[in-house]
Amino acid sequence: MAFNIYDFSNLTHTIHVGLQESFSPFMATTLEWVIVGTAYLLFVALFGLLLVYAERKVCAAFQQRLGPMRVGYWGLLQTIADFIKLLMKELIMPRKADRFLYNLAPFIVIIASFLAIAVIPFAPGLQSLDFDIGIFYLTAVSSVGVIGILLAGWSSNNKYSLIGAMRSGAQILSYELSVSLSLLTMIVFAGSMQFSTIVEQQRGAWFIFSGHVPAIIAFIVFLIAGTAETNRGPFDLAEAESELTAGFHTEYSGIKFAFFFLAEYINLFIISAVATTVFLGGWMPLHFGNLESFNHAMDFIPPIVWFFMKVWVVIFIIMWFKWTFPRLRVDQILTLEWKYLLPINLVNILLMALVVLTKFHF
Amino acid sequence: MSEIREIILNSDRLATDEYLVNMGPQHPSTHGVLRMLVRLEGEKVLNIEPHIGYIHSGIEKMCEAISYPQIIHLTDRMDYLSAHMNNEAVALCVEKALQVEVPDRVNYIRTIMDELSRLASHQLWWCVMGMDLGALTTFFYGLRDREKILDIFEETCGARLTVNYNLPGGVMFDIHPNFQKRVKDFVKYFRTKLPEYDQLLSGNVIFRERTSGIGYLSPADAIEYGVTGPSGRASGFSCDLRKHQPYSAYPLVKFNEILDHRCDTLARYEVRIKEMYESLSIIDQLIDNIPEGEYAVKMKGVIKLPEGEFFQRVETARGEFGVFVISDGKKNPYRVKFRSPGFSNLFALNKMAKGHKIADLVAIMSTLDLVIPDIDR
Repeated sequence: MAFNIYDFSNLTHTIHVGLQESFSPFMATTLEWVIVGTAYLLFVALFGLLLVYAERKVCAAFQQRLGPMRVGYWGLLQTIADFIKLLMKELIMPRKADRFLYNLAPFIVIIASFLAIAVIPFAPGLQSLDFDIGIFYLTAVSSVGVIGILLAGWSSNNKYSLIGAMRSGAQILSYELSVSLSLLTMIVFAGSMQFSTIVEQQRGAWFIFSGHVPAIIAFIVFLIAGTAETNRGPFDLAEAESELTAGFHTEYSGIKFAFFFLAEYINLFIISAVATTVFLGGWMPLHFGNLESFNHAMDFIPPIVWFFMKVWVVIFIIMWFKWTFPRLRVDQILTLEWKYLLPINLVNILLMALVVLTKFHF
Repeated sequence: MSEIREIILNSDRLATDEYLVNMGPQHPSTHGVLRMLVRLEGEKVLNIEPHIGYIHSGIEKMCEAISYPQIIHLTDRMDYLSAHMNNEAVALCVEKALQVEVPDRVNYIRTIMDELSRLASHQLWWCVMGMDLGALTTFFYGLRDREKILDIFEETCGARLTVNYNLPGGVMFDIHPNFQKRVKDFVKYFRTKLPEYDQLLSGNVIFRERTSGIGYLSPADAIEYGVTGPSGRASGFSCDLRKHQPYSAYPLVKFNEILDHRCDTLARYEVRIKEMYESLSIIDQLIDNIPEGEYAVKMKGVIKLPEGEFFQRVETARGEFGVFVISDGKKNPYRVKFRSPGFSNLFALNKMAKGHKIADLVAIMSTLDLVIPDIDR
């Protein structure tokens, strides 16, 4: 088994061939599903915990304090302790809640996140679903989560939850447009919806550099709309603590609450990963035109490290404005989308089309 | 809950597309146990009915059974953020009734402490204002600076929040030898930190969008509802008792009464921020000139007020605080009534928030700077 940190396709290929040879085709495929599924579960759980820890540390830094320090070295085990506590909590359901929908909602939210994570290319050969309508699939499944949020708000039989869910519905449906349109701008540039092709095309220069003005505009719009889609930052109206106590997940406790909580952080990762893949070159190292030695040095850093470095930068930016800005009001959030982001986006697509037509790019 | 059930049962009183929400008694943005029955149409607030009494502690009634120096210790449990001003109001009332002249040193100390409390109160208000609008970081910036004031309080009189520093006829102890130096250090420090407040919150475009033009309270309404303090002054109602009925050392200092005629949430916010600068300048004028002398006049062991009615009002961080004492010549009063600013300010909320969104209701409530025990007494 040849393990190569620079290219995982050998490893995955070896595993695939090994399984095919030792089992019947049906068993082999089933085993592959199980392995891939477990890998994703483990990754999501660990990365989610890490993100929670990072958020607490980042927010502490902004607020002139230290954050968790007591459990483990520099509080590293704090989130694990919190998670264990959440697992042991009693599940309390309001008496008049709609039982079936109430129990279903957290699963829909977290499954939507899991579906979306499947198309993210982490490194060469480390992507489980790679098909020609990758971006289309991503925008489609990421909006399934809103159904879970609406269900949660409706079935808890709590007025605050319902208001939160309705806000979230209005918000996510609106910002879905901007996310899709800014991705569409990049599709116009890349000429493909397949993630692997998009990454491959950025070998020379990342799209945010080669696509210059329209790509930068699309990147900013994508960051704003993406944050709104994950119900975070200044757009956290759906949970608006000071207004609606906790919004749609007010009535959830224990592991069900943990699902909503985890889904929020996975969505944060997905938004950052998509931004990384489409705008910042995915796992491609940073290359500058003819600087041979520089480019060569950059190639030494493994692609998976590049990918996560970029993802963390985007995550940090998103956390940065969450901990700095006040929350928007519900009408302002819709105004921002329909009166500003959407027209900007439409003009930006035209601009990008012009750029592609005139070949005015690098 | 019974009234909600009653309203729901009498369905002719409740149109089908409206929505009754109980905001409180446990709700993050009421900052205490205030309950508001909010009638909503989607996100729009149609009507607000504040229900108080959840933290009623019967302070006025208790005052009838205890002596005057003891009353002082109850008053700082009402508006705990302007504890020193409340104490001072009772002390001044007793002094006025007994026609006692306090030494200048006492006046100076009281005024400096007043302004420090006002600063601490406004800092906490600023923290919470940001938090109500979703900017959680403000909380830590405000508390960082407030700690410094509380440390000064602790050194001066041993308590941080409910200071209990006043007595009829003076203050309990003389100021600590470090007091002047520490206050001067603080003023210098806070002058550099106040612009940070503007950078973090006041200048933010989202914040300005959220607050300007929201929660209009006309000057006429402000007077009608008796909205005083920074909230009243933001409606152009000149109600600063430090100017109009100066007490303690206020006649000796120069400061501006901050008035704003925009009458909205942003105006109420900016009035408080500007008041912090004024407080700093008042402290600046007094701190170097504290006269030598006694820190209290010798009073009788048992203080008895002459028969009659006595009234004294002071400007607390939230507005006009009044003490009304009816005495029948005994060592404890016949009746005490406190006029608390929060009570009057709260009931203007319906007028201001009607027709706005839920988020605006929270913002408006935040700029009224309510302290619930102050409302319930």
